[in-house]
Amino acid sequence: MIFKVFDKAELQKLFEIIAINPVVGPVSRGLDRNGLPLVDFDYVYDFDDLCLDYRNTTHSLKRFFLPYRENLCSFEMNGDNWDKIIDLNVYKTHVFFGIHACDINGLNKLEKVLTGNVYPDPYFTAKRQNMFIIALNCLSPLPSCFCRSMGTDTLLHGFELLLTDLGDRFFAEIQSSKAFNILKAIETRDPEEHDHERYMEVIEDKNKSFMTQVDTTDLTKILDMEFQADVWKEWGDKCLACGTCANVCPTCYCYGVEENVDLELQGASKTRHLHSCNLIDFAQVAGGHNFRPERHVRLKYRFYHKHRGFVEAYEESLCVGCGRCGNACLAGITVPEVIASVRGKEHSHE
Amino acid sequence: MSKLPFVDVLDNTVSSHIKDDMSSFEYTYKAEITNLYQLTAAEKLYQLQIIDPKQRRDFTFRPGQFVMLEIPGIGEAPFSISSSPIRHGDIELCIRAVGNLTNFLNRLQRGTNVGISGPFGTSFPVEKMEGQNVMLIAGGLGIVPLRAPIFSVLENRSRYQEVDIIYGAIKPDSLLFTYQYETWRQFDINLNITVDQPDSSWTGPVGRVTDILQKRIDEITNFADTTYVIACGPPIMFKFVCDMVMKKGLPMHKMFVSLERRMHCGRGKCCRCNIGSTYTCLKGPVFDYWSVLNLKEAI
Ligand SMILES: Cc1cc2nc3c(=O)[nH]c(=O)nc-3n(C[C@H](O)[C@H](O)[C@H](O)COP(=O)(O)OP(=O)(O)OC[C@H]3O[C@@H](n4cnc5c(N)ncnc54)[C@H](O)[C@@H]3O)c2cc1C
Ligand code: SF4
Ligand code: SF4
Ligand code: FES
Repeated sequence: MIFKVFDKAELQKLFEIIAINPVVGPVSRGLDRNGLPLVDFDYVYDFDDLCLDYRNTTHSLKRFFLPYRENLCSFEMNGDNWDKIIDLNVYKTHVFFGIHACDINGLNKLEKVLTGNVYPDPYFTAKRQNMFIIALNCLSPLPSCFCRSMGTDTLLHGFELLLTDLGDRFFAEIQSSKAFNILKAIETRDPEEHDHERYMEVIEDKNKSFMTQVDTTDLTKILDMEFQADVWKEWGDKCLACGTCANVCPTCYCYGVEENVDLELQGASKTRHLHSCNLIDFAQVAGGHNFRPERHVRLKYRFYHKHRGFVEAYEESLCVGCGRCGNACLAGITVPEVIASVRGKEHSHE
Repeated sequence: MSKLPFVDVLDNTVSSHIKDDMSSFEYTYKAEITNLYQLTAAEKLYQLQIIDPKQRRDFTFRPGQFVMLEIPGIGEAPFSISSSPIRHGDIELCIRAVGNLTNFLNRLQRGTNVGISGPFGTSFPVEKMEGQNVMLIAGGLGIVPLRAPIFSVLENRSRYQEVDIIYGAIKPDSLLFTYQYETWRQFDINLNITVDQPDSSWTGPVGRVTDILQKRIDEITNFADTTYVIACGPPIMFKFVCDMVMKKGLPMHKMFVSLERRMHCGRGKCCRCNIGSTYTCLKGPVFDYWSVLNLKEAI
């Protein structure tokens, strides 16, 4: 690994160098109903609009590579014949600036399914390959964050540059030659012993600040053993089946496809929209039979897919512990609490 | 501020290999509806031919696999290929009109072009079954996915011992492929067809497929060692059939079922087909009974 150190003032220069590309980063959206900062990812045109001291965003980065609604193709109709026109909807390389580990790990997980299996999804893959990611070490997790339990609080790959705020300077881990080149345009130096020490201190403080833990030991087996447990019913009774959890989740990717004919009957289009397995029609088939008609069965399925099925397939869970679903859920359903209850334990905040 | 050098971090064109991958994601062929036959009040047989001659020759599938059929502007849905695998890109689908897409299809005429992608999914391992008895059990529309393995087995009849087809429908007029029974019988097989609600013209057996199955299981010597079973039908039928053959000691890897779920992509992406988190479109629709037992909510 190659490391560099640079003064805080240099960051703006770095931003301006790359701002020839569209840049997406955290921006402030005011305060929520509890007076806490609301931050969202959006296009950023001015360095001062970046809100780099954010803790977490309400929505994940998902919509920039897996839009909630996306046109997959259009058809030109011509009597009994037709032609299919495909557009991958990638026009420009995007730079993602100041992204935390949870979102990048979420992206890495999605990549496994959407790019890695036998039928790569070109719409996602094309966008993913046209990304330049400048990551930012998240140093003040929210009380609801449990990424450390999921092993997603650190980053191994999936970014170009990872910055850690050491107070007056940034510690930079460089992961690609492009990132290395770009850093040449600003003033950097090689890290010295005291930089390493400071880095270690900062990370230790961060690790101490996690307030929520999830025990994932043997979770795949426990979920199977507790498949009929009453707690699922209890959570199901609370759940509003609104799908908000999937909406804000960086790793939920289930979708539905819809086709429409233009009014003039000359063309047609095929659109996909992200769906949620908590919504009632998710597993309904022709003739009206529904494989998961009850709320608790659907809620259970969502946990199953994330914490069992995906683990079986990829040896890791489909949850990065960002806590967004719990923060957004109007019924107050959180992953740590559900998992603790399935394990037969009260969930406790330390 | 001094002038900064602008760096274009990547060039803006989509990498060319993604464009190549795209065709593999789509696997789409244009096919013409060359013929249609009304089989029963609800089901029609569609004969489709992939238009491009090379694509037609290259299109191969294994019995039990399915295709996604698309009518532009209307929708896309999975259908089992119901013809013989030796016919490559000349395929037959037997489709029941139940909703948007299937009702629209029902109104189409010969000569219309539709889109086909696939073949997708797992298949019945008919080669593995060589040298043994094969029992094919179907209930209702379940005969549709079983027709391809039936063709495969009959086309290589000498490689198998006894072949049983047990097929049950509600009424005589809901039986599918009636015009083929005579041909099938010529292959020295036990073809047993039963209905729940006979009419005055019906002379065959009345009752469930499981009644016939029980009788045949008892007749076959050394059933568990000599037989493979393939079943497709409504969930309740699976349950009885599986219980019955398991009781006779058939190893779980010698019993196959084809399961149906909602599908939007057929490519392991949309998650709609998940059974307890296994993709039916990739790991199925054909599962052996061991895998089914390991799936929550499977049947
Ligand atoms: C592997 C497999 C093989 C199948 N083989 C056959 C066959 O050979 N013959 C046949 O008649 N039917 C078959 N089906 C069922 C067939 O796919 C549905 O009847 C069809 O999707 C209904 O579409 P629709 O638009 O007319 O119905 P609608 O109810 O209007 O469906 C709307 C959408 O829901 C989805 N959908 C609804 N029901 C199902 C379902 N049961 N399975 C999957 N997706 C569904 C489709 O994507 C469809 O576009 C098969 C299903 C699967 C999974
Ligand atoms: S868990 Fe919460 S956010 Fe998710 S569907 Fe249920 S009520 Fe909505
Ligand atoms: S399930 Fe919840 S905590 Fe896990 S990644 Fe999705 S939103 Fe974050
Ligand atoms: S049909 Fe989309 S994942 Fe199986």
